[in-house]
Amino acid sequence: MALVRAHVLICTGTGCTASGAKNVLARFEDELKAKSLDKEVSLVETGCHGFCEGGPLVIIYPEGTFYTRVQPEDVAEIVETHLLKGRIVERLLYKVPLSEEEVPTYEEIPFYKKQHRLVLKNCGHINPDSLEEYIGADGYEGLAKVLLEMTPQQVVEEMKKTGLRGRGGGGFPTGMKWMFCAASPGPKKYVICNADEGDPGAFMDRSLLEGDPHAILEGMAICGYAIGADEGYIYCRAEYPLAIRRLKGAIAQAEEAGLLGENILGTGFNFTLHIKEGAGAFVCGEETALMASIEGKRGMPRPRPPFPAVKGLWEKPSNINNVETFANIPYIFRVGAEKYAELGTEKSKGTKVFALTGKINNTGLAEVPMGITMREIIFEIGGGIIDNKKFKAVQIGGPSGGCLPDSLLDTAIDYDSLIAAGAMMGSGGLVVMDETTCMVDVAKFFLNFTQAESCGKCTPCREGTKRMLEMLTAITEGRGEKGDIEKLEKLAVSIRAGALCALGQTAPNPILSTLRYFRDEYEAHIFDKKCPAGVCTALLDYTITDGCKGCGLCKKVCPVDAISGELKGLHNIDQSKCIKCGACQEKCPFKAIVRA
Amino acid sequence: MVELATEAEWKQLDELLDSYRGKKGSVIPVLQQAQEIFGYLPKDVLLKISQEMNIPISQVFGIVTFYAQFHLEPRGKNIIRSCQGTACHVRGAKAVLKAIQNKLGLDDKNVTTSDLKFTVENVACIGACGLAPVFMVNDDTHGRLTPESVGPILDSYL
Repeated sequence: MALVRAHVLICTGTGCTASGAKNVLARFEDELKAKSLDKEVSLVETGCHGFCEGGPLVIIYPEGTFYTRVQPEDVAEIVETHLLKGRIVERLLYKVPLSEEEVPTYEEIPFYKKQHRLVLKNCGHINPDSLEEYIGADGYEGLAKVLLEMTPQQVVEEMKKTGLRGRGGGGFPTGMKWMFCAASPGPKKYVICNADEGDPGAFMDRSLLEGDPHAILEGMAICGYAIGADEGYIYCRAEYPLAIRRLKGAIAQAEEAGLLGENILGTGFNFTLHIKEGAGAFVCGEETALMASIEGKRGMPRPRPPFPAVKGLWEKPSNINNVETFANIPYIFRVGAEKYAELGTEKSKGTKVFALTGKINNTGLAEVPMGITMREIIFEIGGGIIDNKKFKAVQIGGPSGGCLPDSLLDTAIDYDSLIAAGAMMGSGGLVVMDETTCMVDVAKFFLNFTQAESCGKCTPCREGTKRMLEMLTAITEGRGEKGDIEKLEKLAVSIRAGALCALGQTAPNPILSTLRYFRDEYEAHIFDKKCPAGVCTALLDYTITDGCKGCGLCKKVCPVDAISGELKGLHNIDQSKCIKCGACQEKCPFKAIVRA
Repeated sequence: MVELATEAEWKQLDELLDSYRGKKGSVIPVLQQAQEIFGYLPKDVLLKISQEMNIPISQVFGIVTFYAQFHLEPRGKNIIRSCQGTACHVRGAKAVLKAIQNKLGLDDKNVTTSDLKFTVENVACIGACGLAPVFMVNDDTHGRLTPESVGPILDSYL
């Protein structure tokens, strides 16, 4: 390897690429060549840093200077000032919201300061296309230790000691799962990685697959050794083309190096991996549906038992874990179960990656120890609410989760406290909502999603989600009636009890949790025919204010002739005719039409 | 609908079917790659896959209609995937979708322009929530959208 005096790390994860990172990269290549620096400065494409808000991100080592929102026009200045003259380009440093303070390096940014990055350690810091860099970051050390020094039984025991629980949502203890599968008799078993990350608002699996693909492969190989499987599948969404490309590359490299395939590290252990691309069905995140999909069938769940550990893929015992779960494994076997279990709460060990999105200043990925409070995540790491608006709720756990109000911001987050609060960990998507978000509309949004994604096999889910959606739609359109809330609650409880799989069983959660904490908003919609947040169009009135200059544009554009008024005089909207299409407000050049 | 498939495309399908012959569980990858060849899944293609892979056409049809990724109608040259996920929803994805539809003269029912240049699809989440609201045009992700920024982006694909 050639020696260089500086590394320029450019994030080419999906977020930064969308913000133009590829153009920045190309410009760096040109500028470095033009200044004859291409031999002494190395350009590295990395995976996601999780700080998508600040993208495109560029980090320059050895100093560790962290530049945000870098545009191609800025590159010449960085090369000239930083790489040639050794001075920092201050205007491109991250600035703390409110205080405007400039932060020169990665570690000092409040977004990263509170984080504890075990699983995301490599993301953004190594080149995901390079096996050498992964090994340089202690990669495959865990696999080597397991294969050379431990028996499969010891591996399973060690996993049980960590207390690691499944990161895909359910929170089932991973060690137990491995134990059940290891105990199933039979020469043929499978390891499956669930990379069908479908929860809207969650993208940690995507970042892991794109930023550190070898960690997933290593985790799966360790699992294969523990349960006695020689073959594995990664089921990845087709919506993640970059993740699939990086996985394919990583598998080829690992096979080439003898870390996957036949006789791994000369120990006689064989393990081969395949990638299956999903075809766009949310329900395939459910384990039995996922396996049906790998087999080439419609991805519909089946009743359990038999559990996959007994009868899984092609009727063979199978162990299925989520991407983030597998990403924990290499670290666990490098440092040992005891050290791992020091982090977290009594019943939820280790860290969890949360995806921060919505009306929050710092969107991105945050990895924190279990037991941290929601307030720390949202206000310290996340930097608070955009435009200093008032926090209303945080939605956690995707369509299966719930909305938590500000009174629960100081609850320590772990699997059990979230379930007690009516939400669930889910995959760890956190969508922050402010005072301008309508909670009934949010519940409707999720029902719309689960109803569309219901596979249709069982009646409670197929019919029940449809009925609930109809009722929510009626409420948001001003057709809600007395008794609707009670009907919704009753139906929700029946669906939860009666549905076949987790999709249906948890589909009512968004309704139940918003009813629990934001019942007044439902009542305002039903009884007062008002939407307090000003979102549900049918419950709003359009009115023309004194700002009206009488240009008549609104009158022309109104499809139902509800607007009257003389040219150059104040216009008026006839509320009995108005269909609330909003066309007049869009057209008004003086912003004189308001919605309230 | 005029039969648009060319001889070269049928030949590619033959090669595809040969490469998967005898491999279990391969009907979904075959359908995915067949759709890449033809742009969508015409009836004749499904019949051929059914015969060659020895799977009843009813079963093939069942799979195709189950997954959102498969399409039975011709689609535009450029596929716009407008994200309607939670993060995008709370940051105004609906207004962005409306702007796309207005610009292309489409609505929730008519999703492909008559000149077959654009198809607009809703997707639940493309995992770029940090940049919400977002859409993808083919494999490019565009983020931090506003209804005003949609027009110039779409024009760049013409």
